[in-house]
Amino acid sequence: MKKIVITLIPLALFFGLVTLLFLNMGYHNEHVPSPLIGKSVPSFELPLLYEDKTMTEQDFIGEPWLLNVWGSWCPNCLYEHPVVTDLAQSGKLKVVGLNWKDEFSDADNWLKRLGNPYDVILVDYVGNTAIDFGVYGAPESFLIDANGIIVHKIVGELTPENVANEILPKLAQLQ
Amino acid sequence: MNTRYLALILLLLSSSSLWAIEVYDFKNQQQRELYQELTQELRCLVCQNQNLADSDADLAKDLKNQVADFVMNNQDKDTILAYMVQRYGDFVTYNPPLNAGTFFLWFSPFIVLLIGAVILIFNIRKKKQ
Amino acid sequence: MLPEIGQFLLVLALLLATALTVLPMLGYARNNETLMQTARPLSHVLFITTMASFVILVVLFVQQDFSVRYVAENSSLELPLRYRITAAWGAHEGSILMWVTVQALWIAAVAKFSRSLSLDQIARVLSVLGFIALGFVAFVLFASNPFETIFPVPLDGRDLNPLLQDFGMIMHPPLLYFGYVGLSVAFALSVAALIGGEINEQWIRWSRRWTNIAWAFLTMGIILGSWWAYYELGWGGWWFWDPVENASFLPWLAGTALIHVQAVSERKNAFRGWTVLLAIIAFSLCILGTFLVRSGSITSVHSFAADPFRGIFILVLLAIYSGGALTLYTFRANQLKSRDTINLNSRETLMLANSLIFITATFTVLLGTLFPMIFEAVGKKISVGAPYFGLMFFVLMIPMAVLLPLGSQLKWHRDDVMLAIKQLVPYLLITTVLAVIVWFLFKPLNMRAIAGIYGGLWVFTATVGQWFKHPARGSAGVIGMSVAHIGVAVFLFSMSMTEHKDTEKDILMQPGSTHQVAGYDFTFTGVDRVQQENYQAQQGHVEVRREGRLITTLNPQKRFYPKQQMPMTEAAIYAGWTKDIYVSLGEAVNKEGGWAVRIYIKPLIRWMWFGGILMLSGAIIALFSTRIKRQEDKQRDRVMEQQLKLS
Repeated sequence: MKKIVITLIPLALFFGLVTLLFLNMGYHNEHVPSPLIGKSVPSFELPLLYEDKTMTEQDFIGEPWLLNVWGSWCPNCLYEHPVVTDLAQSGKLKVVGLNWKDEFSDADNWLKRLGNPYDVILVDYVGNTAIDFGVYGAPESFLIDANGIIVHKIVGELTPENVANEILPKLAQLQ
Repeated sequence: MNTRYLALILLLLSSSSLWAIEVYDFKNQQQRELYQELTQELRCLVCQNQNLADSDADLAKDLKNQVADFVMNNQDKDTILAYMVQRYGDFVTYNPPLNAGTFFLWFSPFIVLLIGAVILIFNIRKKKQ
Repeated sequence: MLPEIGQFLLVLALLLATALTVLPMLGYARNNETLMQTARPLSHVLFITTMASFVILVVLFVQQDFSVRYVAENSSLELPLRYRITAAWGAHEGSILMWVTVQALWIAAVAKFSRSLSLDQIARVLSVLGFIALGFVAFVLFASNPFETIFPVPLDGRDLNPLLQDFGMIMHPPLLYFGYVGLSVAFALSVAALIGGEINEQWIRWSRRWTNIAWAFLTMGIILGSWWAYYELGWGGWWFWDPVENASFLPWLAGTALIHVQAVSERKNAFRGWTVLLAIIAFSLCILGTFLVRSGSITSVHSFAADPFRGIFILVLLAIYSGGALTLYTFRANQLKSRDTINLNSRETLMLANSLIFITATFTVLLGTLFPMIFEAVGKKISVGAPYFGLMFFVLMIPMAVLLPLGSQLKWHRDDVMLAIKQLVPYLLITTVLAVIVWFLFKPLNMRAIAGIYGGLWVFTATVGQWFKHPARGSAGVIGMSVAHIGVAVFLFSMSMTEHKDTEKDILMQPGSTHQVAGYDFTFTGVDRVQQENYQAQQGHVEVRREGRLITTLNPQKRFYPKQQMPMTEAAIYAGWTKDIYVSLGEAVNKEGGWAVRIYIKPLIRWMWFGGILMLSGAIIALFSTRIKRQEDKQRDRVMEQQLKLS
């Protein structure tokens, strides 16, 4: 009997391995969780798309806001555009755009064609601020509280589901 | 970083002259090696498992520029890695940190080796009798 | 019509494999000789059937039959004939059909070359192999049918992935399958032995040969894969520790352990359980690798298109084969009693230590590959890559290299370790002298480079010296071992040089400009356009000179395949005896024809692969061992006699 316990070890390990592989098939995804959750917004000073001035992270202290990283070159930004518009128009929070790695004329045309949902649009065409935010693709959205702490991040497009299930509940917790 | 871009732009404009310059104007061989080491260790986040050095993705280029700037400004390896990890998490480096979560990763091979050695010697001894 | 015939043949193969699984095993259980004798003919017919269906797939590609989905997705009117043929195994469905065909070929070969096994043994072995074939034929039929037709029939196909339009990638998968499938023989033998509750020297001797061949194929497949990655991916690397690469490396590591342990258990009735377990592990890792590559559960550059159903299917196959074998192992392993003793001071001990190091290496690679999954299970992400594996292998393989000459110095059965160490001292001195010379030639070298170079020289001098002194230096066994170990030495040495003494430069070059890298002058003379059958390319011209003398003109390309909308970087390589000069194009940087050019100087990189070729040559040479042949002949006569007596 004792001997069987020893020879059972390979089978037990194998069983554990197969279980891991099986479970992983269910939740494997390519999204990278952000280490910035619960931390302050990285400091930045960025020009605006439509105004001749710059803004810093300090200018947004006081109310919760959503930073939405987008570019006119990004197909998924097109998909999420109606969702972003709905969210902005609901007036539940301030939606700020970060126009990333783009060109003014392209971005301007894009907004003219689809409508501009943003309260204000920051511009980062070199991409340094995006790196500070740990952005690795567009679209990405950061929910930030009144004190400038990043509460939540959504990689990929905003959908009615993740707005209802993630953004709005987190926002409600803040208030 | 501005100086490098400036130099680049100047070169691109003065097309009449024959030039061949390194993409990054490192001060010395140590810097060049540090840059290569870092870009091989850092992951291109938008790629399917490639490091920065091997990737042509836009984000990879931005990050490579960033790394090169740091290196040219005499930042050391740990600082640059910490910068990346702060923003992108441990996922960004192919060299996993040593902490409670990765203890098993780093040490279990040696535990396996040790246990195996004990079993091996024990078995040989036992059979000797 | 042809697709339907191909499909029908696969259904037939499914039935044949079922028969091969059931009948001989039933015969064994009931001691019915007639049933057991069906094993061999069934194996041959199974091979003919699967081969025919594979040939039909190739014909469909040659004929450009786009009514077959698989053909439409992986071929096109412009695709040259040679790639149309090889496209048959270029993507998932066809490659699994090829796997099945190779499996059937191997089964037929086992049926033919197994005269030294008694009928009940071969019946069990073939039955287990038939069961493996059954699973994979079912996988082809139900989850990856290459003969599926589509309607309406497209006018043109979507073309073969450009990465696969290349010699290295054409040969790489078949070689790996020969290796994987070859390991199934040792696996089947283990399972058959566990079912019967006994295993003897003859069995192990017989399976050793199959393991050696499988291991040689696996080695060749890995070498080709590495070579391909080197010249085709355009980044000058030869091994990325990508999960897909690891998937082929895992069975190789376990196979290396198996080869060495088989050498022990063939001579001694000891550690038979370990032999059996290693054989099970080695083949299980082949299936596991297939799962990793094709299920989409890992992030890799090389993954096949992910399909959860296929993933589950392979996982079920893995659970059945390996789970079944390990369950048998749990209850039967203790019956494989070891009768012989092993002396601590003997070659056997060192061989077993080798297997321990290699199985630890296997564990490490598996752990590093799967560890990100464990993290993902708790919602976190982590990357495990080259820095981890590199360090771990350094730590594990240095003791391996240190102990290797001691192992080949010690005699079988019993020896004096102190004496053996004393005999090694001259080699150590020669090694040190050589290492100092290398140091002066190539300094500075870092710690790891020094350790690798020293290890390589140490294994080399000791192996050569031991061979000269060996009383049986003419025997195939001794030559095979020596050649394989010299391969280890060549690999270690050149790998250390390649990794630590390489040069890499990213340069922006204007046409006509020259840049010096590592003593060579590279002159960029511009880029022109090239049009090929199924791609367009921008081709750069770089003249390489040393001290004014033209060495070569390299023409790296940036290709674009319109059908697949895929850009490709085609590096140009000057392969020298001592170093490769490797140039690849980045991108155009201005309108005046300036380009970013990447230049690498890679010392001794070809020697590294040559080391691998020496290793596999050693495994092949050892097949001609007269000692083993003599004993096999004896055994065959014994089996014949027995059969005569019975009839």
